[in-house]
Amino acid sequence: MTSAIELDDVVKEYLSHGEVVQAVKGVSLDIAEGEFFSLLGPSGCGKTTTMRMIAGFEAPTKGLVKLHGQDVTNVPPNKRDVNMVFQSYALFPHMSVWDNVAFGLKQRKTPQDEIRRRVGEMLEIVDLAGREKRRPREMSGGQQQRVALARALVNRPRALLLDEPLGALDLKLRQAMQIELKRIQREVGITFVYVTHDQNEALTMSDRIAVMNDGLVEQLAGPREIYERPATAFVAGFIGTSNLLTGAATGGTLKISGGRVMVPGQDGDVTVTVRPEKITIGTEEPAAGLSAVRGTVAEVVYLGTYNSYAVSLADGAEITVFQQNAHDATATAERGDSVWLSWQAQHSYVIGS
Amino acid sequence: MRGTRLGDKLLHIYTWLIIVWLSSPIAVMILFGFNDKKSKSNTSWQGFTLRWYAELFDISDLTVALRNSLVIAAVSTIITVVIGTMLGLALGRHRFRGKGVTNFLVFAAISTPELVMGASLLSLFVSGNVPRDANTIIISHVLFSLSFVVVTVRARVVTLDPSLEEAARDLGATAWGTFRQVTLPSIMPGVMAGAMLSFALSVDDYVVTSFVNGSTVTFPLWIVGAVKTGIPPQVNVMGTLIFGIGVLIAIGNAVAARRRT
Repeated sequence: MTSAIELDDVVKEYLSHGEVVQAVKGVSLDIAEGEFFSLLGPSGCGKTTTMRMIAGFEAPTKGLVKLHGQDVTNVPPNKRDVNMVFQSYALFPHMSVWDNVAFGLKQRKTPQDEIRRRVGEMLEIVDLAGREKRRPREMSGGQQQRVALARALVNRPRALLLDEPLGALDLKLRQAMQIELKRIQREVGITFVYVTHDQNEALTMSDRIAVMNDGLVEQLAGPREIYERPATAFVAGFIGTSNLLTGAATGGTLKISGGRVMVPGQDGDVTVTVRPEKITIGTEEPAAGLSAVRGTVAEVVYLGTYNSYAVSLADGAEITVFQQNAHDATATAERGDSVWLSWQAQHSYVIGS
Repeated sequence: MRGTRLGDKLLHIYTWLIIVWLSSPIAVMILFGFNDKKSKSNTSWQGFTLRWYAELFDISDLTVALRNSLVIAAVSTIITVVIGTMLGLALGRHRFRGKGVTNFLVFAAISTPELVMGASLLSLFVSGNVPRDANTIIISHVLFSLSFVVVTVRARVVTLDPSLEEAARDLGATAWGTFRQVTLPSIMPGVMAGAMLSFALSVDDYVVTSFVNGSTVTFPLWIVGAVKTGIPPQVNVMGTLIFGIGVLIAIGNAVAARRRT
């Protein structure tokens, strides 16, 4: 596994109104050849700045950027072997689809017949053959998106950078494009670096995800690991829904208002997350060895494939529970019901232990 | 319903009155270029002729004046467009020390009365011992039309998506290649509008030109000089031709704009 992109303790500072602002506070990444890598985080977390430093639009204040082992920290974007797909697509409005896609090859003085062949092939791959003469504004959002993708990929870059490329599309199209992107990535075998604030997008497509917050990487792992084993409270809260329970554990049990949480091997102050779909809701007291909490149903929301329950505990805290609508669509509990919540010990995931 | 219909009718009449009012001077100009006049003045209709079109260049100093005007307008437009486009790009895109002052000066150059500008330019040239000729006219015309190019280009630049230029750079274009292939085509409508304005401002300027011309005579200066003795119909014909070219450019521009959208 050779690395395509390396960031070595990269820092980016801006001067804003006479004050130094750190957008990126020291990020180190090692992205492998052919990997689908996502930078995920809320707006302002530094993910776009990080990507722009890889593309060469921003120079790091400190640290190194390497592409295939070569230091490119001070190389301008037109001399870097990476291409970018912009959030606004940035298609050249005065050029046809064909000229947009051929732009990069023309800059590199590629022979005419090779340009013709490669642009034709690329338009085939993104399913836009026959629309070469169209202007970008005559096309739908999804088609423009594919032109932008073709325009970058036709240059056969060593890595493709995508900055929230699906943000402007509606939900149905976005889901279709996610699958499409993944297919194209497999087909061309190029390293993809994908910037998004949408956790579903990142989980669906990525081989690995770097979750960023406030200029730092909070966790770098595969989608399953990130979801099942969040490294910090921020990651737990940002990826999906999770319940955070805190307190002092003694002998592997954390006493909370209205019950117990099994935290095997833990002693002292702990923070525990439990995913809502791991929790079972019932009326009978759970068996010993399970985590068990008593509460009152405060809200039931019917969401089609599952029900979402908000259960409030005696001290006012709330636990969210998802229950699949597998066998019958009737809710097992109503608002105001007194219920028992239970889950297995392995689903109490202790953060930062 | 009745009220609305009456309103519609009034709006119709009003619109036509405006159109007649705006176009009647032009219509008179064109018409009297065909006037078969016998007396010295060209103010009463005496019959139709194409004579003045055939004898268009028979008054040699009028011809020289028209040529001077066209050359001065062309040269000053080219200079204005180059400087004005760079200035418009800088003001629309970048933040720099002195930007506020520059913006103010651009506005000031538009709002300064021409008499004031002409008089102060003359005293500047005199005190600097600069001989007054076609060159001083060109310098002055660049000065008063520059702001119009800056304003039209700047308006276009601020609507430009900055990631367009980044995309070009990302795809391997050099700084110059990016400007030539992406930036310039995108701001072209603004550049062209500014160019047309500055050509039109230059070709018919009288006030500023009359201060700084020295012994060079331009088309408007010649016409004003001929008022006392009677304006020959060739002037009407030249005016008609200039107007006709302007109309053709405007139509071409409208067609191009429709094709773009």
